Amino acid sequence: MKSLDDLKKIRDAAQKKVTMRSKNDGTRVLVGMATCGISAGARPVMNKFVEELSNRSLDNVTVTPVGCIGECAIEPIVEVLEGEKRTTYCRVDVRVAERIVKEHIVGGKVVQDYVIGKFRI
Amino acid sequence: MNELSLHILDICQNSIKANSTLIEIIITEDTYHNLFEIIIKDNGCGMSDKTLSEVADPFFTTRTTRKIGLGVSLFKMAAEMTEGSFDIQSKVDIGTTVKAVFNHNHIDRAPLGLIEETICILVLNEANIDIYYKHSFNSQTFIFDTREVKKVLDGISFTNFDVIMWIKNNIKEGIFDIHKEETQ
Repeated sequence: MKSLDDLKKIRDAAQKKVTMRSKNDGTRVLVGMATCGISAGARPVMNKFVEELSNRSLDNVTVTPVGCIGECAIEPIVEVLEGEKRTTYCRVDVRVAERIVKEHIVGGKVVQDYVIGKFRI
Repeated sequence: MNELSLHILDICQNSIKANSTLIEIIITEDTYHNLFEIIIKDNGCGMSDKTLSEVADPFFTTRTTRKIGLGVSLFKMAAEMTEGSFDIQSKVDIGTTVKAVFNHNHIDRAPLGLIEETICILVLNEANIDIYYKHSFNSQTFIFDTREVKKVLDGISFTNFDVIMWIKNNIKEGIFDIHKEETQ
């Protein structure tokens, strides 16, 4: 492995910030990453979330791969958890992922075009 | 799934559900012998002989074995399409090893694809499982081990985006390098 020095710099920068928050506070983004999700394109979606959140330095948001919730036909499914509030998005691609970060996580407005109610009632 | 790295991600999800603490992904490319081999080894709960005999059947989907489902059969198909072979070994409480061998230059062999994205996603898993990744291309080898990264990180979480981006670029460059030096 190379550039471990870079990693040390990242660690030192992160150690200064880490005292300000605990592990589970803030928004959580869950991406369905079972066979159905992966084959529908969940991996580029998840990476888009990591990239977008990283570019915006949204450190209090975490992205986590999860299993299948049983709606394989409308994968990739992404859930955004803000405390008690849960929003489920379906058929998410990289463009929708970008919108979710921009409009929902930053702007606080749910992206109505892709919520699960549009696909399942 | 049109990349082998997507299959790897899928198979590793089984290892995560099997409560593994370490997943080893070993990729060996040997162009002299026209081989492309993927081994995924975990130390999870393993499977009984009965379950093991049935996992490759895509229609075997009872609740207890649902964690396998279609994933293993798709990976097996990908290997057999290239006139390669597929083998899965498992022992209860010891772990499971999946081995797929491909013909390197077969027209149906899917490219490995963005393995760095696969590993980043595995690293982000909540269970905090260690990942050991070894990629050999003829005489060149690249190794990535989250246990070494953890030592440097000293308690900082992998969910830190700067760390994830570092891991991603590190793997990308490492794999690029082992292929580059061989062709020069």
